[in-house]
Amino acid sequence: MQEWANQLCENRQFGSKMTDSKYFTTTKKGEIFELKAELNSDKKEKKKEAVKKVIASMTVGKDVSALFPDVVNCMQTDNLELKKLVYLYLMNYAKSQPDMAIMAVNTFVKDCEDPNPLIRALAVRTMGCIRVDKITEYLCEPLRKCLKDEDPYVRKTAAVCVAKLHDINAQLVEDQGFLDTLKDLISDSNPMVVANAVAALSEIAESHPNSNLLDLNPQTINKLLTALNECTEWGQIFILDCLANYTPRDDRESQSICERVTPRLSHANSAVVLSAVKVLMKFMEMLPKDLDYYGTLLKKLAPPLVTLLSAEPELQYVALRNINLIVQRRPEIMKHEMKVFFVKYNDPIYVKLEKLDIMIRLASQANIAQVLAELKEYATEVDVDFVRKAVRAIGRCAIKVEQSAERCVSTLLDLIQTKVNYVVQEAIVVIKDIFRKYPNKYESVIATLCENLDSLDEPEARAAMIWIVGEYAERIDNADELLESFLEGFHDESTQVQLQLLTAIVKLFLKKPTETQELVQQVLSLATQDSDNPDLRDRGYIYWRLLSTDPVAAKEVVLAEKPLISEETDLIEPTLLEELICHIGTLASVYHKPPSAFVEGSRGVQHKRLPCSAGSGESVDSPETSSTAGVSDAPPAVIPSQGDLLGDLLNLDLTPTTTGPPPPAVSTGMQLGAMDLLGGGLDSLPPVPLRTDTPQSPQIPNQSPSPTDYSTSELGGDLGGNPAIGAGFGAAPAAMPASFGAPGSGGLDDLFDLGSGVGMPMGAYSPPKSVWLQAMKAKGLEISGTFARRAGVIQMEMTLTNKAMSVMTDFAIQFNRNSFGLSPAGPLQVLTPLSPNQSIEVALPLNTSGPVMKMDPLNNLQVAVKNNIDVFYFSCQYPISMLFVEDGKMERQIFLATWKDIPNENESQFQIKDCHLSSDAVSNKLQGSNIFTIAKRTVDGQDMLYLSVKLTNGIWVLAELRIQAGNPNYTISLKCRAPEVSQCVFQSYEAVLKN
Amino acid sequence: MSASAIFVLDLKGKVLICRNYKGDVDMAEIDHFIPLLMQQEEEGMICPVITRGTVHFMWIKHSNLYLVATTNKNSNASLVYSFLYKLVEVFTEYFKELEEESIQDNFVVVYELLDELMDFGFPQTTDSKILQEYITQEGTKLEVAKTKVPTTVTNAVSWRSEGIKYKKNEVFIDVIESINVLVNANGSVMSSDIVGSIKLKTMLSGMPELRLGLNDRVLFSLTGRDKGKTVMMEDVKFHQCVRLSRFDSDRTISFIPPDGESELMSYRINTHVKPLIWIESVIEKFSHSRVEIMVKAKGQFKKQSVANNVEIRVPVPSDADSPKFKTSTGSAKYVPEKDLVLWTIKSFPGGKEFLMRAHFGLPSVEKDELEGKPPITVKFEIPYFTVSGIQVRYMKIIEKSGYQALPWVRYITQSGDYQLRTNA
Repeated sequence: MQEWANQLCENRQFGSKMTDSKYFTTTKKGEIFELKAELNSDKKEKKKEAVKKVIASMTVGKDVSALFPDVVNCMQTDNLELKKLVYLYLMNYAKSQPDMAIMAVNTFVKDCEDPNPLIRALAVRTMGCIRVDKITEYLCEPLRKCLKDEDPYVRKTAAVCVAKLHDINAQLVEDQGFLDTLKDLISDSNPMVVANAVAALSEIAESHPNSNLLDLNPQTINKLLTALNECTEWGQIFILDCLANYTPRDDRESQSICERVTPRLSHANSAVVLSAVKVLMKFMEMLPKDLDYYGTLLKKLAPPLVTLLSAEPELQYVALRNINLIVQRRPEIMKHEMKVFFVKYNDPIYVKLEKLDIMIRLASQANIAQVLAELKEYATEVDVDFVRKAVRAIGRCAIKVEQSAERCVSTLLDLIQTKVNYVVQEAIVVIKDIFRKYPNKYESVIATLCENLDSLDEPEARAAMIWIVGEYAERIDNADELLESFLEGFHDESTQVQLQLLTAIVKLFLKKPTETQELVQQVLSLATQDSDNPDLRDRGYIYWRLLSTDPVAAKEVVLAEKPLISEETDLIEPTLLEELICHIGTLASVYHKPPSAFVEGSRGVQHKRLPCSAGSGESVDSPETSSTAGVSDAPPAVIPSQGDLLGDLLNLDLTPTTTGPPPPAVSTGMQLGAMDLLGGGLDSLPPVPLRTDTPQSPQIPNQSPSPTDYSTSELGGDLGGNPAIGAGFGAAPAAMPASFGAPGSGGLDDLFDLGSGVGMPMGAYSPPKSVWLQAMKAKGLEISGTFARRAGVIQMEMTLTNKAMSVMTDFAIQFNRNSFGLSPAGPLQVLTPLSPNQSIEVALPLNTSGPVMKMDPLNNLQVAVKNNIDVFYFSCQYPISMLFVEDGKMERQIFLATWKDIPNENESQFQIKDCHLSSDAVSNKLQGSNIFTIAKRTVDGQDMLYLSVKLTNGIWVLAELRIQAGNPNYTISLKCRAPEVSQCVFQSYEAVLKN
Repeated sequence: MSASAIFVLDLKGKVLICRNYKGDVDMAEIDHFIPLLMQQEEEGMICPVITRGTVHFMWIKHSNLYLVATTNKNSNASLVYSFLYKLVEVFTEYFKELEEESIQDNFVVVYELLDELMDFGFPQTTDSKILQEYITQEGTKLEVAKTKVPTTVTNAVSWRSEGIKYKKNEVFIDVIESINVLVNANGSVMSSDIVGSIKLKTMLSGMPELRLGLNDRVLFSLTGRDKGKTVMMEDVKFHQCVRLSRFDSDRTISFIPPDGESELMSYRINTHVKPLIWIESVIEKFSHSRVEIMVKAKGQFKKQSVANNVEIRVPVPSDADSPKFKTSTGSAKYVPEKDLVLWTIKSFPGGKEFLMRAHFGLPSVEKDELEGKPPITVKFEIPYFTVSGIQVRYMKIIEKSGYQALPWVRYITQSGDYQLRTNA
């Protein structure tokens, strides 16, 4: 056998002198003409040579379509090689010559009945590739026969052909019943046929999410698992990828599938391993953590993942991107594997950068010394991007592992001494973050930093340095000189630096007012008068106004204590992470983006979700099970990036007629399960922890989302956090420059409205309108709005303003799935076209019968609005009080029983500050918003109100409100079976009482 | 699911051959590939996936070719890369070398193979031994007997055909262990592991059932036997032919082998091994005048064993000149195109220590650009020995005709990725 193969190769070598390359040599004149003659030659050999020449011309990109009839004439041959070449030609040119392609049909049909299975398969395979409508009609009969062919080689080819045909004409495939035949093939005796049938079905299901093709049940799963052991490596991947879409009924089924999938981890093909990892990672969610098997499985995952790092570099890259996800979801798997991520000199840059990323994720007190030594080594390499990332990594280690901070800082100082320009700049950027994490600890290094001021030429580094100078102005003797030096070229700086410089100088002024008055005036006038940048101007005006009205308040605002930055700033948002885990091995997992963000036409495709952990379905009252995250107990807040929100919204099915909620496009059991759970009243939310620091206003994060964002969010955070300022501002709103109303900061709008918009009528509290969609982001369409509950109907009240130059028409609206199933009860009624500079008020009634998906924050609503120009997306948050229904008054007895019944873990306590109402007034005010007083007790001069609220989806929230005479601070305790909603409900209480 | 089309390009981006599998990506998109790649290269940010609009290019490079898959779906990326490497493997087995010339010289077979290897983006039969049974270059006359599909293609045993005959039935087993080491500049071992591979050359008739016994620690503890040295394999990967579920349940390695040469399994062992050849280096750079290099190599393995063809590569600055060497054994030479000194020692007995000194001149004008710090790398081969102590305890061969077959075992240990950082 070996000899035979060698001989074969030698023959080829020998023959290489007269190889196919000769066909590429061109004859100069009348080439097509000559070929035509040769194609019609009587001699078979000449014919074949001629076809080869045609294919050679085709390969080098010459147009040989003119020879179509002549080539097709060669189709009827008993020479397999020639036949294949003609078929190849047909695939390439049939589309351009559909009428002529019909000529080939007869031969195809005949070949589909050839005694040789190779020919039958070849014919059906090729016919499927000829994307000509007219041919597809003729394809049906041969395909039907081939699907039932006795030879598995033909059947497996026919199975794929169904997917091809479906791609060309889906209706035809359905009408002809091919889908059912395809489903039957899952039970075929031949593993390869099963694998291809699975592949074809998955492909069809992916493009038609509603087709409910892959109704996987335990029986089919069993068949797939059996075929898994016997089919080729590729077939194993198809089957594993298909299995990953299944949601087992319970943990036992989940375990038994895992047991049968784990052997695949020993397959030599990396893609088989990754697909197996995907199935295991997903099904593991359902296993109870105390199960022995769960621990065993965790241990089994690490070795194959590590081995992937000895694969080819591209596969390593895919593996590393996926390990990055796995480490975030289940850090315990890789926690002892730090060493394998150490960078090798000859690793390609993309592997180096990914390894670095994972090293930081795995950094812990136990291994930090080793990691730092490595990072320092990398920081002296030559590849600029790699070096930068290494320096940044040192900073991240400092923030992540507190014990190492000092070591990190000294390492960074060493690196600054190298004076390598980009190393210095990168180091300063990360040191700024370290200062924010550990204030007043490492300021001794400021002097060293200041020495390098002149070498900073990157905006981020300049901004960081300016921030440091401003923040620690009182300790830097020449802070004013330093900042002044930046001011000279103010207008040449980037916005980032300008904003930072403005803030830093104001800080300096507040700290050392006597010496720096001139400087602050200079910067304020630069920002407000000489700048075209609205952000800069607005910030300038605010400072100006603040400083001139109430310097004490200014100090409180500008020099307020900053929230500490969180440890991990670049974690993937949990819901996205869950989705990506379901896509392990695919491009989505490489990009760390949901497929909807980069695959066109994937609207309506359901986002994949991990199944709920075991037990959460049964023990609804147990907050342990429903609030325990897979990753850690207290996950840091992660603000989803804009891109992710968009990704979600892009899935909206935007048809102009939005008379009802979009049809719940449920295709798999898994998603059905998730919806049921939610529909059942949030009690069994997927185990994603709620953020505890949910911002009150959508645009104002209480916590700076990432250290690099400080320049834009800091201001908003400071303002929003201090209600006193709002009052101060409200006194003179009219004096504000017009540009204040301009887009740029929703936080500001809220502030002003607090002062002016007092006179709300009785009835349910409705927050003032705020800008949801800014004109500059929506081609001139501005939408501001609010929510209200009027006579039992939830309304979305919007002001649409046309700030563009042309008329807007054809408005339509659609919501993404949301926590309470809010959806428009009718179409958006904008009857007249909206002319430029015109505004229109619209009230859109909503119902709560739409599809449900848990949002974060819970009351987040993602909206798409369409007009004749484009589709725009925004997200807003509705006060949860909109969902308090009119019959929310609980019977006293039931109240008592329920209160006792709900476990104490579900109780949350909040404070409502500065509220000067009597308990009766409170009771009245709350009743207006469907918060009902069940009973009132007075103990020791303290009034206790017992209140109940019922949400549209049937969740009851009980409350005890304690009001001490003369104390403006109330204490409220909320109890609910779904404690996730407590935070939102509290916010509503507060909003209602304070307005 | 995977690829929409597959392209083979030359280094300039000219399409040598391509195959459109799904028709959902414009074939002209490939024209953007090379410009995008060039741009990435310029920015120093190359990446195996390139995106342009809704089209994604996944690519690998092999000799003077790019193999590129396009898609506009959320494809299984690991499958695509595995498949592209499989293409290289199949083409190489068909044409010996895969390069621009061999594609042009064999375009008819390449087309045939592309048609057989993948259908509508789904990889199909990719075992080149089986493919060679029905896709041949002598596609002359269509004899019904010859060109029927080998049943192997769709069989559960898709890697071995029936009816193979040998006069003498033999199996050659090669156990090859590669040592990967990363040593810090201050001499501490940062990471080390052993990647082992068991390769077969099977010359057996019929459809033989084989069982391989190793001194696998997990197996021994399962069966309660505990005699002699056992080896703890961290992770094991098997050829398609090995029954994975059987191994998973009772650690039995049982299989019907592919004919001829194949890699049966590979394994990884984490146990900390002493670097078999230890290097100490002092590289002193006197700016504007000279570099002095002293390298000491020590064989840290049994005295009876000998490392063959030892190559120690020591990096030198790219602007170094006038080399001078002194070695206690072997020979040293300067390889200017790779900026290194290559010290070769034909035979290096265990326990021995050798020394090499090198002296280079440096120009008085210094170069502007920074240079990387490449590590010292070492290559060697030690026959008749495995570092891990792994042993083939038996190879049982059962075929229904009942012939007697002989297994031959050979052991070898070699360097893998063997890097020692320097402080230069």
